[in-house]
Amino acid sequence: MSSEGPKGPRDDGAGVEEMKVRRVAGTGVPVRGDDIDTDQIIPARFLKTTTWEGMDQYAFYDARRDDDGDRNDHPFNEYKGANVLVVNDNFGCGSSREHAPRALARWGVEAIVGESFAEIFADNCKSLGIPAATTDPETVDELQSFVEEHPEAGIELDVVDETVTYDGNTVGVDIDEAMHGALVQGIWDTVALLRSNMDTIDETATNLPYVDR
Amino acid sequence: MSERTLYDKVWDRHKVADLPNGQDQLFIGLHLIHEVTSPQPFSELRERGIEVPYPERTFATTDHIAPTEADKRERPLADESAEGMLTALERNTSETGIQFYGLDSEKQGITHVVAPELGLTQPGMTVVCGDSHTATHGAFGSIAFGIGTSQVRDVLASQCVAADKADVRRIEVDGRLGDGVHSKDLILQIIAELGVDGGVGYVYEYGGEAVHDLSMEERLAVCNMSIEGGARAGYINPDETTYEFLRGREFAPQGDAFEERKAYWESIASDDDAEYDDVVHLDADDLEPMVTWGTNPGQAVGIREPVPAPDDLPEGEREAARVAQEHTGVTPGEPMAGYPVDVAFLGTCTNGRASDFREAAAVLEGREVHPDVRALAVPGSGTVKSTLEAEGVADIFREAGFEWREAGCSMCLAMNDDSLEGDERCASSSNRNYVGRQGSKDGRTVLMSPAMVAAAAVEGEVTDVRELEVDA
Repeated sequence: MSSEGPKGPRDDGAGVEEMKVRRVAGTGVPVRGDDIDTDQIIPARFLKTTTWEGMDQYAFYDARRDDDGDRNDHPFNEYKGANVLVVNDNFGCGSSREHAPRALARWGVEAIVGESFAEIFADNCKSLGIPAATTDPETVDELQSFVEEHPEAGIELDVVDETVTYDGNTVGVDIDEAMHGALVQGIWDTVALLRSNMDTIDETATNLPYVDR
Repeated sequence: MSERTLYDKVWDRHKVADLPNGQDQLFIGLHLIHEVTSPQPFSELRERGIEVPYPERTFATTDHIAPTEADKRERPLADESAEGMLTALERNTSETGIQFYGLDSEKQGITHVVAPELGLTQPGMTVVCGDSHTATHGAFGSIAFGIGTSQVRDVLASQCVAADKADVRRIEVDGRLGDGVHSKDLILQIIAELGVDGGVGYVYEYGGEAVHDLSMEERLAVCNMSIEGGARAGYINPDETTYEFLRGREFAPQGDAFEERKAYWESIASDDDAEYDDVVHLDADDLEPMVTWGTNPGQAVGIREPVPAPDDLPEGEREAARVAQEHTGVTPGEPMAGYPVDVAFLGTCTNGRASDFREAAAVLEGREVHPDVRALAVPGSGTVKSTLEAEGVADIFREAGFEWREAGCSMCLAMNDDSLEGDERCASSSNRNYVGRQGSKDGRTVLMSPAMVAAAAVEGEVTDVRELEVDA
């Protein structure tokens, strides 16, 4: 895992081939609980910056510390080196802050498997090239329990086939169509993609009654 | 053509192209930016040598880090990181020709308060901002949603986003809100009923008699918290209330142009026979003032209802309720009335508009803030502040013992100096009661309407505002 976090449009010069995310293999980190909001993932005081530097220090900053400021038994303290985050329902709800998936990525997360994701959070993961795959609560619970019992065991998310393999089992997961396309085809650079339609953009704008162009 | 929702019509008018990843390319009519989620996109465009093609469709203000004490707004700001963000926004907007309402502007304030009051937000627009509470602007009958920082970059670079169309859920609210019950109570009830993730994949269309009767400012509070119910956007079909609010505002069309534009606004409202993916009915008649007891906005009850015991909740909600109640220290089985309050906070993009302060002032008039409570009134914009000062409403707050501040997001998320300390308990007109949200990881937030915040400030505990005598 490089300190630059996930691949993404900001990695200037990378070709489409390098931008593809077809599989993520490694070990898991389970974070249990529904409705984990982005204020938990990164408290607002760490958004006071004009760059993305230092984000790795802030993932679950408060949740990882006890009242004296010492590290507690939060999974982000216990599962160092893991890259597949396993979560429950409505993960990433609340604030739109992209700092949240950036902080997770810079801590080491390269893929997330969960019951469901808040929409803006999922969009942000797509922007950063972090697959966010969903599956049913039972499968998530089994995967979390497996990781808790076998923290060193390998987990692989196959983005192309939409499966997770662990402990000799392969289970199906869902990846949103647009995210799947972006990851598998390496369609990262939404700036270039959107700007390639500049004439149509201008035409659409001109046809709107409230745009003077 | 009939059977179409506003969402269908506005989406189609703004659709530029089908993208190869299956998404739609959507033109954005109004892009709002602030200091927190815009610096990185400008840096990236600069590195890539990309010019902003539609600078006149982006408007900037500063809100999240804005100091709310007048003497702390002198530049450079004492907080170096805040100063850096503000300086970056000044440079970025001046280099690209984007209008910026900075700390020196009397129009500065919270993005979602400023744009509506300037008439920037209009029916039939697409509105985005790097802020989840962009849903607010749906109150005008626009498609408005929050976006991430990479998408802010996309909009600056192309005036477009890549987006997936959502399903539409109609939330039909019959009846009328009773005395002392406000639109904040309505949206808290909707979230409590449908859940904090109930709206994922949906856009909410709010309608029915109770919604029709709301003022524009009340509607803004409802749409604002759509995201708290998981819906990225929520909207209300435009009507005479909408048009009359817009008439005469700085960026609204003037004279004959207004009537012409109104024809467009009327044309994009949902058809009478519009087809919805889901319909939910609620009755406003029995609604009580709502208060939260937990650590997400869906954990809410009527002021006279008992806080639920975790074991009485559906199985999937029990553990979260236990953890939340341990944090907030509430007593299951007892109502929230009587829960002690250390801080009263009035303001935010949910309830920081002039009418919110007037409702609270009606409660505060002739009363004093409880001696154990520190009370903060933070207008949503410079315009709200000056309006209330001219009306004498500001004096009511000051005389009651509230601190009367400058505009900003303030203690909603404590990115400036306004913060809960330790395990303080706060009666708050904001939108999120997440752990740590108001700046202290042990702080406790009880969400409620502005009138209820005023009642809590006076009594030093959560109080049913209807039990206080108020001159209407």
